Amino acid sequence: MTTAAEIAARAEKDDIRKRWLLSTPALVIIFLAGIGPLLVVLIYSFLTPGPYGDVRWQFSTDAWVGVFLQRDIFDDTLGIADAHLSIFLRSVWLSFLTTILTLIVGFPTAYFIATRSEKTQALWLFLITIPFWTNLLIRTFAVQEVIRNEGLLNSLLVWSGIVSAPVQILYTDWAIALGMIYVYLPLMVLPLYASMEKLDFRLVEAGYDLYATRLQVLRRIIIPLVKPGIIAGSILVFIPSLGAYVTPRVLGGGKQMMLGNLIELQFGAGRNWPLGAALALTLTVLVTVALLFYVRYAAQGDRRHG
Amino acid sequence: MARSTFDIRALPGFATIAMICFALLYIPILTLVVYAFNEGNSVAIWQGFSLRWFRQAWNNQQVIDASIRSIQIASVAAVIATVAATMAAIATTRTRPYRGLTFKYAFINQPLMIPEIVTAVALLIVFARIKVATGYSGLGYLIAAHTAFCIPFAYLPIRARLESMDLTLETAAADLYATPWKVFTRVTLPLLWPGIIAGLMLAFVISLDDVVITEFVKSGGQDTLPTYMLGQLRRVVTPEMNAISTVFLAISILIVTVFFFISRRRT
Repeated sequence: MTTAAEIAARAEKDDIRKRWLLSTPALVIIFLAGIGPLLVVLIYSFLTPGPYGDVRWQFSTDAWVGVFLQRDIFDDTLGIADAHLSIFLRSVWLSFLTTILTLIVGFPTAYFIATRSEKTQALWLFLITIPFWTNLLIRTFAVQEVIRNEGLLNSLLVWSGIVSAPVQILYTDWAIALGMIYVYLPLMVLPLYASMEKLDFRLVEAGYDLYATRLQVLRRIIIPLVKPGIIAGSILVFIPSLGAYVTPRVLGGGKQMMLGNLIELQFGAGRNWPLGAALALTLTVLVTVALLFYVRYAAQGDRRHG
Repeated sequence: MARSTFDIRALPGFATIAMICFALLYIPILTLVVYAFNEGNSVAIWQGFSLRWFRQAWNNQQVIDASIRSIQIASVAAVIATVAATMAAIATTRTRPYRGLTFKYAFINQPLMIPEIVTAVALLIVFARIKVATGYSGLGYLIAAHTAFCIPFAYLPIRARLESMDLTLETAAADLYATPWKVFTRVTLPLLWPGIIAGLMLAFVISLDDVVITEFVKSGGQDTLPTYMLGQLRRVVTPEMNAISTVFLAISILIVTVFFFISRRRT
């Protein structure tokens, strides 16, 4: 004799078994090739560099000290590591610039798409999606073709008489910024569109009825209502920008580095794996801080606008 | 009354900026494609239409090998990732909420939150150790790495599909004494197919695109098409690169177009 309670208990047990058994393969793979290796990076950041790369198993905090400080070779005093600091600042500055500029271009674009008829919206979205799913390296290479000295941009500038000789754009910070704006723009437009699509245009109409100007409607009604989209887009652009590796390598020509390239350098020619590990964790912390900021801000935005 | 003369949705200048934005998105890609058909050696001076660079790429053994390797890795990684993601999606949607569910979401999406370069060096460290310890240096490392970062991309569309699916059909089947396995194969799976196909294709494209992690994890002679191209970009660039990119581009666009129509059909 089985009672209803027993059946329910068995169903509950099956349920628990199912939810854990079924998710095990995904969790194990991600642990083995994602989170596990990150823990190893943490251990490596406290070891001593080996002579040919890799590490010697000897505890040391030198790598962490070396992230921001460097030992003077003459008097052995600690000073601020200018090279690292300038790369940190460049990474943050270029990521910030990329975020702002993609927002300036992406906001009107997303608004334009969201105000089309439903059928045309799908088409414009599709046009945004194609570059998004095109290989990052190919897109970066395409930007390189356009901005090189003999490229389309310089040809146009010379032809139109704005400059007399081609301007060096490739291998500068501007090239990196341009490239990042180009490759991350869809990441800004898509979340902006998602929140604008839900925008209630009766509120806009009400604003005009109350004699608000267009600028006032934009500033006081539209922007506050699509704020979650603005924050989401900014985070989606800022985070990969901060860790960018391919774009600075191809468009910065190895001279203008960002954090990603600095980390790679320590694992390659620099042969200082613990320092590379410490830098990688510093980058992870920066990204996590940005994410936490987002989670807090997005939650606030939701509360205010229901 | 005067107000009815303008469209309340339109904001001045926004349409213009949007058009410029679309133009700027496509100009570099179109330039790249056009110069793939250039007769001359230059990627800047047009010397007439020719398919010579496509022929050259086709006869370049390194390019062919790298392409085959790319497809091998992407196929295996996408299939494993999709199976794991489908199981995980069922485990996170077809149960009542429980403790650890949020944690599981975060865990599955973890590869999306950590910068690629960090994952790449982390895998470099771990795989270097395993290589020394076991002596194995095959494609397994690349497949494992690709599978891990493809899982969240396969997981998201499958979970979205499961959440939008009507539970009553599955409940009805269970009420009619179908075993859980029968419910899954006869009811859940057929309804879930579009989500699974979408997840599989996303995972495939993501794996095909990866440069950073592959560059760090690969052993000697294991170039995929993107890492081969990255290596070539350091040298003098000929339109052969444009030709390779154009073919790659065409394949990606094809996959994305199919994906677009599959995901649209569900609404």
